[in-house]
Amino acid sequence: MPKTLFEKLWNQHVVASLEDGTDLIYIDRIFLHERMGTISLKSIEVEGRRIRNPEHVFATMDHIVDTFPGRNDETLMPSGKHFIQAMRQSAIHAGIQLFDLNDPRQGIVHVVSPEQGIALPGVTLVCPDSHTCTLGGLGALAWGIGSTEAEHALVTKTLRVSRPKIMRVRFDGGLSRGVYSKDMILHLIGTYSATGAAGYAIEFAGKAIGDLSIEARLTLCNMAVEFSAFTAIIAPDDKTIDYVKGRPFAPTGQAWDQAVAYWQGLTSDHDAVFDNEIVIDTADIDPMVTWGNSPQHAIPITGQVPNPSKAKDQNTRKSMVRALDYMDLKPGTAMTDLKIDAAFIGSCTNSRLSDLRIAAGILKGRKVTEGIKAICVPGSTQVKQAAEAEGLDRVFEQAGFEWRESGCSMCFFAGGESFGYQERVITSTNRNFESRQGPETRSHLASPATVAASAIAGRIADPREYLQ
Amino acid sequence: MEKFIEHDGIAAPLLRINVDTDAIIPSRELKRVSKEGFGEGLFAGWRYVAQDSREPNPDFVLNKPQYQGASILLAGVNFGCGSSREHAVWALKEFGIRSVIAPSFGAIFYNNCIRNGLLPIVLSDDIVSELATQVEQQVEQDPPSRLIHIDLHQGLVTAPNGDTYAFDIDPGPRDMLLNGLDMIGLTLQHKAEIDAFQKQDRERRPWIYAVPNS
Ligand code: SF4
Repeated sequence: MPKTLFEKLWNQHVVASLEDGTDLIYIDRIFLHERMGTISLKSIEVEGRRIRNPEHVFATMDHIVDTFPGRNDETLMPSGKHFIQAMRQSAIHAGIQLFDLNDPRQGIVHVVSPEQGIALPGVTLVCPDSHTCTLGGLGALAWGIGSTEAEHALVTKTLRVSRPKIMRVRFDGGLSRGVYSKDMILHLIGTYSATGAAGYAIEFAGKAIGDLSIEARLTLCNMAVEFSAFTAIIAPDDKTIDYVKGRPFAPTGQAWDQAVAYWQGLTSDHDAVFDNEIVIDTADIDPMVTWGNSPQHAIPITGQVPNPSKAKDQNTRKSMVRALDYMDLKPGTAMTDLKIDAAFIGSCTNSRLSDLRIAAGILKGRKVTEGIKAICVPGSTQVKQAAEAEGLDRVFEQAGFEWRESGCSMCFFAGGESFGYQERVITSTNRNFESRQGPETRSHLASPATVAASAIAGRIADPREYLQ
Repeated sequence: MEKFIEHDGIAAPLLRINVDTDAIIPSRELKRVSKEGFGEGLFAGWRYVAQDSREPNPDFVLNKPQYQGASILLAGVNFGCGSSREHAVWALKEFGIRSVIAPSFGAIFYNNCIRNGLLPIVLSDDIVSELATQVEQQVEQDPPSRLIHIDLHQGLVTAPNGDTYAFDIDPGPRDMLLNGLDMIGLTLQHKAEIDAFQKQDRERRPWIYAVPNS
């Protein structure tokens, strides 16, 4: 029987098919962070249980840590220190690898795990964080879970999961100038809604996917959860294998050769049957931006704020009216007429070296409009150092951006730093939910190129006008 | 874990679509390394006029007199999307919510509900709207007539007017809820199979086990 890549990986990880209809899936790697992982580790301690393979468990500090230069355990977020110190303590107790605050391997969990070679093609990897689907970009079968499930995975090395249906999303054609994988995923969610993949795992395929760099693939898969997918995956290819080679936790020697041989077989059979398929002509995609409070409120940057009277049903209309009110927008306004208060480049979606290079290419020799708070937070300490080695930090700073230490930072408001009440932010992150980036902050999602261009223009701007 | 077999409760309608877990419990409310103490932060951004004084917003559904003591939430499409934070479920439970009825749920949130004894029920948009309408129409009447009855054994929701609606739930989650099972303990009963799998797997995928630097 021909099989999809997802089915192959799933089947290879089935320990047992259980009487309750779920499969007991073997979990190869577990990644934790200080905000949720700590709760799981504590709970395991209290219950007197044991982690089955601590050498397969990793943790980082990203969610709560400050990103100001010279940071320490103290955080602007009240009580953040408790999380940081509890994680440190629990990690030692549990015997797991922790990338602590001053560790050069520290960074946002989904940036660190590919970077360190912890996420690998074909592995199952879980993390108590919804954006774990990012790692599908490497061909890993990775998904986000809650902290009770994380306990289950830590103690038993397995999870009970019902197999989702499988959908292929094919991006055919080439990408236009100024259009990036962030725009591809926003286009997909904007077209098929935030629930378009509910009940499905997605395989991204097609020429445009093969053309993407690994970092761009990670960005694409990052937002699969915003499309309601169980997760997303891209078949590993030569680019993937090149990317993984030499990473600190990647296999070496004979194990490497065995792994490569295995990875080369990780594709969907040509006659495999998918439960559903979407085909998109990539040439149709423009730079995208969101206007409202759901990632499905994504439109081409040349577009206008939509009119709720054209909504397809009453509930959609109501939610649009609410979003317009929250975002303080009027239907018919050109997106590029919206003045911004702040610009943010960061998060597990778009804070890797290639993202910073693209943004810096636009910022070079230009200045951020006065009065705009512009911040760049590299996704990991390693990304930060690599960017500094190329002089990107100076480009950002000379343009008027703050240059920070790595962490989740203002991707979400943890109670510390925020963009402030009703500020309008153009942001390279993944969620434009109400108050996600601060109390009543108005977030517009876009690619790093669009964020950089907008910071220069002082309003939402089309990056194509700024590309050299 | 607390069992869920049958439940009678006041249902409160919150039919907004795409209610995310940041809205169910904002990040700033997650101040402690614990599974407890989050009930007060439930819907904090909507429930209070002023965050610091916690002055209730009279317009928010759970603050309305007729929905005091609500233990069932009627919700819109994609309820619980977004962040995986299990706090969203802990906050709902601590507030007293035992079941959420919605046309669809965020997948991680759905699993988190099951693992905490909170029953997520999927019913069509039309049925959820009908339940909401009934509940709203009953406002003037005696409290008991606003009750919705849920029977997980039979997979039935009974509206205030006596109409019943069948719902589907996978056998796995159903068992867990009906019996209040400790999933870790249960899975550990499969230890021999896990051991055997791992042993074989070491041969098949040696690179998984040869972790450098550890
Ligand atoms: S960067 Fe944002 S979305 Fe990514 S893990 Fe951190 S908080 Fe979550």
